[in-house]
This record gives sequence, structure tokens and C-alpha cells, in this order.
Amino acid sequence: MTINWFKYASPASFYFLAGRMVPYFATLAIIFLVVGLYIGFFVAPTDFQQGEAYRIIFIHVPAAWMSMFLYVIMAFWAGVGLAFNTRLSSMVASAIAPTGAMFAFLALWTGAWWGKPMWGTWWVWDARLTSELILFFLYIGFMSLQAAIDDPKRADKAGAVIALVGVVNVPIIYFSVQWWNTLHQGASVSLVQSPKMATAMLSGMLIMTLAAWMYSIVMILTRTRLIILERERHTAWVSELKEGVLE
Amino acid sequence: MKWESLSDFFAMGGYGLYVWGSYLVAMICIIGEVVLIRGRKRTLYKHLGQKRRSILRGEK
Repeated sequence: MTINWFKYASPASFYFLAGRMVPYFATLAIIFLVVGLYIGFFVAPTDFQQGEAYRIIFIHVPAAWMSMFLYVIMAFWAGVGLAFNTRLSSMVASAIAPTGAMFAFLALWTGAWWGKPMWGTWWVWDARLTSELILFFLYIGFMSLQAAIDDPKRADKAGAVIALVGVVNVPIIYFSVQWWNTLHQGASVSLVQSPKMATAMLSGMLIMTLAAWMYSIVMILTRTRLIILERERHTAWVSELKEGVLE
Repeated sequence: MKWESLSDFFAMGGYGLYVWGSYLVAMICIIGEVVLIRGRKRTLYKHLGQKRRSILRGEK
């Protein structure tokens, strides 16, 4: 049996496939969010050092992780689009940027509101915080650059360059707490060590991360579909869509 | 239940401002993103609809 792997690389097929997948991911996002918040507020114990303030972790860590994951995925698809001239990959990259920027902003915001009661300051120019701020600016730069260029093909190429250059920042964020002496605490969860936190705290955090993943998938698929319609509106298949069938 | 009352829950052991300040803004961001996407969709559909109607009327 041969599978046509390139079938869904065509924007038209992807448009319908993505449209069918969105409701499932949206349902999963809501389920994970409800379960994650329940564990976060009603099951996870009070922290012996930070009291209840640590409960910010259930959005702070998932938001920070997502901002980094999404950047790498965005750079990957932008790079594929640049190298192979595949329209859909560049569209996906453009669809990821706003959600990534939103999570980077949330990581910074919740970090500030956690830093104030724990460190006594909203902000310090330390390595972790500064590199995350740079990540936020990279997303904004990618979006403004694409918005400033009228020709989508040139916008994709220019965006891909900024996305690929900026990807060096991601390991800098991740390892910043080891490489420099920072105010930010080290990793609470790593692949090589057992987690340094209570099981309920950890599971709440991981379930909230799953919710953030599902939410991101919904946003990215929906936005990709809109970009497809925007860019392909002069093609036959879009004009053949019946009024109610746009969904 | 680990919270004694509703006000105890909102107080978050004295850190209510910081915890709810974080969660509230997260909620606003998520709702904001959904609203923005909806708006973009509505604008696009309007354009597509106009184009379709003008084709139906025989304009090109």
C-alpha cells in the first residue's frame, strides 16, 4: 500500500483536515484545563516555603515551555518553507507566531507577579528573564516583519530568516539558569533527575501543559485555515466553497 | 477540602493579588486571542461573500 504523504501538504486538503480536527483538540483543551485547575487549586498542597503564591506555577511554567516549544516549531516550519518552497509550511509558521507571543508574554507577566512577592521585585535583568524577553521580541519582530511586506512569498522568506537566526535564543533561555548565576530558580523538572516537587504539584503542572498544547493546536489550526483562505482566495477551490461550507 | 471558605480561597494565604493577578491576565489573553481570531474570520468571510455575490451578478 502506498500512502500519498504529500496529499496534506496541499493547502486545500489541509484546510478540510484541520477543520475536522479542531473540535477534538478544543474538547481535549477544555478537559485538561478543568482537571489541571482542579488539581492546581484543590489537590496540590500548600508549598512549605512559598505558601499559596506558588500556585502561579500552573500557568507560569506551561506558558514558558509553550513559548519555547512553539518558537522551535515555528522556526522549523519557516525553515522548511524557505528550503523547499512549500507554501503550507510557511503558512503554519505564520499561524504559530501570535500564539507563541501570547505565551511568551504570559510567562513574563506571571513571572513578574510571582517575583514581586517572592523576590521583592517585579523584574531583574538576569539571564533567564532577559532571554525570555528577547524571545517575546523575536515573535513580535517576526510578525511585524511579515506584516510589513505585501508579497506573501517575500514575507515568508524574510520571516524565516528572523525565525532561524532567533532559534539560538531558545537553548540560551533553557540553560541560562545553569550558565549564569541568576535570581530565577533552576529547573524543577528535568529529564535526567527525578522531579523536585510534590506529585500533585507536578501532575497539575503537566496537565496544564497538556491543556496549553491542545489550546495551541486549536489556535494554530484555526489560524492556518484563515491564512489559507486569505492567500488562496483567488483560486478555484476557494471560490467553489459554498457559502455555508466555509466551516 | 483544603479551603475553609470562599474568602479563604480568594485570599490565597495573603497572596491573592499575585495569584489572581496572574490568572486573570492569562484568562484575558486567551479570550483576547479567541476574539481576535473570530474577528479575522468574520472580515475574511465578508470579503469572500462579497466576491462571490459579485461573481453571481456577473461582475468580474
